[in-house]
Amino acid sequence: MKVAIIKYNAGNVQSVTFALQRLGIEPVLTDNPEILSNADKIIFPGVGEASTAMEYLKERKLDILIPQLKQPVLGICLGMQLMCSYSEENNTPCLDIFNLKVKRFPENKSCKVPQMGWNNIYDLKGQLYTGIDNNSYVYFVHSYYAELSEYTIAKTDYILPFSSSLNKDNFYATQFHPEKSSKTGNCILKNFLNL
Amino acid sequence: MLTKRIIPCLDVKDGMTVKGVNFENLRVAGDAVELGALYAEQGADELVFLDITATNEKRTTLKELVLRVAKEINIPFTVGGGINSVADVEALLSNGADKISINTSAIKNPSLIDKLALQFGNQCIVVAIDAKKYNDKWKVHINGGKVPTEIDVIEWAKEVVNRGAGEILLTSMDHDGTKNGFAIELTKTVSSIVNVPVIASGGAGTMEHFVEVFREGKADAALAASIFHYNEIPIPLLKNYLKNNNIPVR
Repeated sequence: MKVAIIKYNAGNVQSVTFALQRLGIEPVLTDNPEILSNADKIIFPGVGEASTAMEYLKERKLDILIPQLKQPVLGICLGMQLMCSYSEENNTPCLDIFNLKVKRFPENKSCKVPQMGWNNIYDLKGQLYTGIDNNSYVYFVHSYYAELSEYTIAKTDYILPFSSSLNKDNFYATQFHPEKSSKTGNCILKNFLNL
Repeated sequence: MLTKRIIPCLDVKDGMTVKGVNFENLRVAGDAVELGALYAEQGADELVFLDITATNEKRTTLKELVLRVAKEINIPFTVGGGINSVADVEALLSNGADKISINTSAIKNPSLIDKLALQFGNQCIVVAIDAKKYNDKWKVHINGGKVPTEIDVIEWAKEVVNRGAGEILLTSMDHDGTKNGFAIELTKTVSSIVNVPVIASGGAGTMEHFVEVFREGKADAALAASIFHYNEIPIPLLKNYLKNNNIPVR
């Protein structure tokens, strides 16, 4: 299986690569449109800031390529947020795969922002969550969230309920980091590779 | 619900843990990566590797350690110890570290925090603060606690967060090594004035100490070393105890 990781100025590329290697997959890290289009599976990682990431994608015309991909695509963390229409992080128009806004968590006395640590996912839907128990714990680090919507395939509560995972056609996304989420994360990555 | 994190800390020299360990199921005694993997398996929520190598090869050995940990371990980890430039941090993050921790270098050059946060994002910048109490004030210590400064811990905590620290690793030197419990008042004070997570460190001796630091100390995470290394408190037992005391844990 050819798995490509979209190369851009994102922070967790190495961790995603190692997580796939632990599953016996040797991914290619590339921003080459041809290699990406020919891959069986594509991972769109992301740790960083939305507007800088979008600039980088635009410079390489990846903003046009990514929404047109036909094979299963998995966006992770910032990758997921960039797949939405718009992010409040520096008022950034994004890829508009999921017609959703990404908002900053509101100020809250008892909850700190970013959400950092292990939280549970519930109302799990579809093949990405095959074999995953409701309320399993996964690792999050984020200050912005995607609203609940028709695309939501996992929910999490922090300050408010939000979409911890999305799906539309061949596009999948997680706000949490499966590559850092122990056995549950491995299982989700495996499910993605098996799509 | 977001859970409270339990974080074992491993002191590392040339890739090996410094403090003794008595786990019979380790193949290589003292191998930091293998011990980290065992903790991850037992349910540790994160790991901290603190490098105390003092040689010229330090940068290389730390990078190699990070690479090995990132390849083997599927939970987040932080590395610290003698990190003092953007280039150091770049090398560690690009090799797979999730966060880096700075201490003395942040005091000597506070703008380093701003630079790191801007370049790599707040979420991966941990500022470690070693605190010691004098009368009714806590003062920051540097160089592994050896050198006192006149800097007030509370003021410094505010400043590092304003500059972009994403998390504070707060060690009470008065409690460290005593096994008499965490510094509850200090942890509570810092945790309630900053809006980033605070990791309490120093003094863990019993499972009740963890309940106290989460409940009264308002810590977001608790770090300990020897009680885990000597298997005095196994992580699964601790997690279970916390759960029974209504502390949310994974």
